[in-house]
Amino acid sequence: MTQLKSVGSSPSRIDGLDKITGAAAYVDDLAFGPDLLHAEVVESPYAHALIKSIDTSAAKKVPGVVRVVTGKDFPYRFGLYMQDRFIFPTDRVRFVGEQVAAVVARDAKIAKRAAKLVKVVYKELKPVLDLTEALRDDAVLVHPDLGKYPRCPWFFPQAGTNIAHFRKTRKGDVEQGFKEADVILEDTYTVPRYAHCAIEPHAIVGLYDLAGRLTLWSASQSPYTQRHVFAQALAPLGLTHKDIRVVTPYVGGGFGGKAGVSMEIIGAALAIMVKGHPVKVRWSRAQEFYNTYQRQGVIARIKLGAKKDGTITAIEHSLHWDAGGYVEYGANVVNAVGLSATGPYRVPNVKIDSVCVYTNLPPGGPYRGFGYSEFHFGLESHMDRLARKLGMDPVEFRRKNAIREGDTLAYGAKMNPSGLHEAIDRVAAEIRWGQRESSKDPDKLIGKGFACFWKAPAMPPNAASSAFIKFNEDGSLNISASGMEIGQGYLTVMAQIAAEVLTVPVSRIRVEPPDTDRNAYEWQTVGSHVTWGCGNAVKAAALDVRGKMFEVVERALRLSRDSLYLEDEKVKCRARPDFALPFKDFVISGIQTPHGNFLGGPILGSGVFMPEFTSALSDPETSQGGHPNVHYTVGAAAAILEVDKQTGRMRVLKAVLAVDAGKAINPSLVKGQVVGGLLQGLATVLYEDIRYDLKGKLLNANFTDYKIPTAQDVPDEIVPIIIEVAQPDGPYGARGVGEHTMIPAAAMVANAVEDAVGLRVKRLPITAEKVALELHGIRYDDVKGAYMGLCFAGEPEFYAFRTTGVKKK
Amino acid sequence: MNKRITIKLNRETRSVDVEPSDILLDVLRDKLGVKSPKIGCERGDCGACTVLLDGKSVRTCLILAIEVDGCEITTVEGLSRAGLTPLQAAFLKHDSFQCGFCAPGIVLSATELLGKNPHPSEAEIKEALAGNLCRCTGYKPIIEAVLAVSGKLGRRA
Repeated sequence: MTQLKSVGSSPSRIDGLDKITGAAAYVDDLAFGPDLLHAEVVESPYAHALIKSIDTSAAKKVPGVVRVVTGKDFPYRFGLYMQDRFIFPTDRVRFVGEQVAAVVARDAKIAKRAAKLVKVVYKELKPVLDLTEALRDDAVLVHPDLGKYPRCPWFFPQAGTNIAHFRKTRKGDVEQGFKEADVILEDTYTVPRYAHCAIEPHAIVGLYDLAGRLTLWSASQSPYTQRHVFAQALAPLGLTHKDIRVVTPYVGGGFGGKAGVSMEIIGAALAIMVKGHPVKVRWSRAQEFYNTYQRQGVIARIKLGAKKDGTITAIEHSLHWDAGGYVEYGANVVNAVGLSATGPYRVPNVKIDSVCVYTNLPPGGPYRGFGYSEFHFGLESHMDRLARKLGMDPVEFRRKNAIREGDTLAYGAKMNPSGLHEAIDRVAAEIRWGQRESSKDPDKLIGKGFACFWKAPAMPPNAASSAFIKFNEDGSLNISASGMEIGQGYLTVMAQIAAEVLTVPVSRIRVEPPDTDRNAYEWQTVGSHVTWGCGNAVKAAALDVRGKMFEVVERALRLSRDSLYLEDEKVKCRARPDFALPFKDFVISGIQTPHGNFLGGPILGSGVFMPEFTSALSDPETSQGGHPNVHYTVGAAAAILEVDKQTGRMRVLKAVLAVDAGKAINPSLVKGQVVGGLLQGLATVLYEDIRYDLKGKLLNANFTDYKIPTAQDVPDEIVPIIIEVAQPDGPYGARGVGEHTMIPAAAMVANAVEDAVGLRVKRLPITAEKVALELHGIRYDDVKGAYMGLCFAGEPEFYAFRTTGVKKK
Repeated sequence: MNKRITIKLNRETRSVDVEPSDILLDVLRDKLGVKSPKIGCERGDCGACTVLLDGKSVRTCLILAIEVDGCEITTVEGLSRAGLTPLQAAFLKHDSFQCGFCAPGIVLSATELLGKNPHPSEAEIKEALAGNLCRCTGYKPIIEAVLAVSGKLGRRA
């Protein structure tokens, strides 16, 4: 095998200078001149209400107001997988903060003032705020028209209920499996909602020009998907894909929150209404919390059985998701979990029910981890507990059951090559598993926690990537693809892949964020799949370029293409060691023949990639028969946690995470994902604590009250470990790692808390407050007061949520 | 009601008419065209709008433009004009940013720290940067970059 030069190195980021000098422009930084209009939306104060009337007359009279838009102007639905969402609802609002109208004005202050003058009369309805209520036979329906919404073929909404989708996976015989088990453990775990908290709020500028062309500058992970959803939603107005252009400059963090289409549809609609003028919609931090997507809450019931020797015999995993008022994207999170909630283990008998439930809370949707962080909290907590019940070491229990290449997955397909065992062993060694640590401070106890993880990209079977590559006169390159640089380093990794094939250094390759008019198609930057999918397309494009270079050299200089190779930006020939043709001498202007004419011309290449082996079609009762997932990325993580038994304060002394990247195209960027993802995961267990009032209004939609970690909250030490068991269909063996690194964090901490102080917490988050109270013998539930935030988590039998005062014991 | 203020912005004298209610961040971005201070929370939580005001880091979303008449303001554009500072170079080398949205503010907070304290401890670095939120990096590579620069300064001294 030839030595790789670019792949496996860590060159300076392609976007580095832009970002470190202040040159990087994000949507809100783009200049649109003095004609730019500003929009402010009018929001529902109710979680569930009928809209009786909207009076815009006073707002329209405010000087500087250009237009006031309501659902009457735009009675259209939109959605990625199911069209259940409304640009502006006409009859009913489904969460607090939902847009019911928008004011477009000459400046933002006028828009804000005028929006307050829009009078909306509502008839308040009973909101559906917990899963028990939502699932009752006589439940208030969030979507009475559920059966009528267009949807993708693998969603199964149940009309006349609040169940938006139901994914069932069945393998083997679970009853028999539990009969064979010597030990069975059954329990319930609860994960509340979370907010993405990208530091850049969503923003979009739309211009519907006088020639009828709609251009949108959008802070998005999904330019092509946005164009497609806009084209679908705006089809009644006669707009088609070619009439719509989506430009995505640098984006200030996504984490799934800027995938698909959320508030951006408002920008598209308003642009149509103010033809000829650019209009900006920029979300406030509060709106960022309640009117984009949130990570969905889940109540997970797990029954797991194993033999005395530790062999798992069966799992029943039932997950009920609080998916919010609209699930056009979130239902696919539920779907993904329904296929994979065995975790990375060999389980012969499987029953998974993953149920997507409408509630009158903000729409759920994609969030880094796509449901896997949520179910791993319960599953990996449960693995620890079952191991202890068996009298087995939790790491040994995991190692014994860890999935291997070729094992049959829950839905019948085979597991891809996997470095899970290596990950487990290396993490255990690095964390000195089995050795107890102690603190000199008698109030501080130290525990260790371990967790494994896996995740597959959740993609439609025809999610495609493509790329163009062109040369410049000096032999430098431009790559044009439509993955999104959301910070993970996509631009740099694409350049490294092209550099490997074409021997052009990364410093001489330009890769730009997408523009749907100019860049090659990409489905969207989600699922940690762009290194793999886009990377394959870029590699194919680079090979296409190389083939064209060989072709012209063969034709012009009569050297057999089979004897040609590339080295140091030159075409060289095995048969003629003296031959070296620099790229810059021919890649634009061709090669001159002895007759004086030139052959060739500008070298361009293209490449496409689509996972042609996948299929989402399967038996809806069992999920058998399809091949919905392309592959899984696996890994393991562990933490050493110090707990102050007086204050409950926890400090991560050391965290270790091993992830099987297949091949780390850029090890520094992979480590960046490990460290950043781990902290985002630790935040969901130690700090972030979302709270709603009893009418469904989000109470802490800001960074003062919703605490994300600061520089002072990082673990003392983080050790990233990169495992490289090649993915056969990945570029140079690579597969994605971006989301995975936050998945094990919550369970790993929960397990460490138990190891340290003997307290098993089954509901996230595990804040210092909660730990301190429980250690002092006070049930947290009894004192936390009247708010919701724990995702309506009652006891499993009835999912009831108690909302009042202190319960007398 | 407008008032003309004059500031030294990245070493250049600039005058601009502001209303008494204008926020400094909006004036910098919309009236003076300096875009590196970002709008992240508009209430002083996130630090994305940080600039150096007479050498001290401030959140421009919490300051009225009218208050800074006669002051000197430095943004990351100003730092970058004469090439990268050692700190910026260290940020590049250590992959100390991902999406980059928080980077200008963090660079300025760290610049202020190193100006006052060329050899900060890790705890001092964490404290100095605790007002700048970053959701991508997990802060470790940022802390490493500041430590690397302080080490370099240490050797020179």
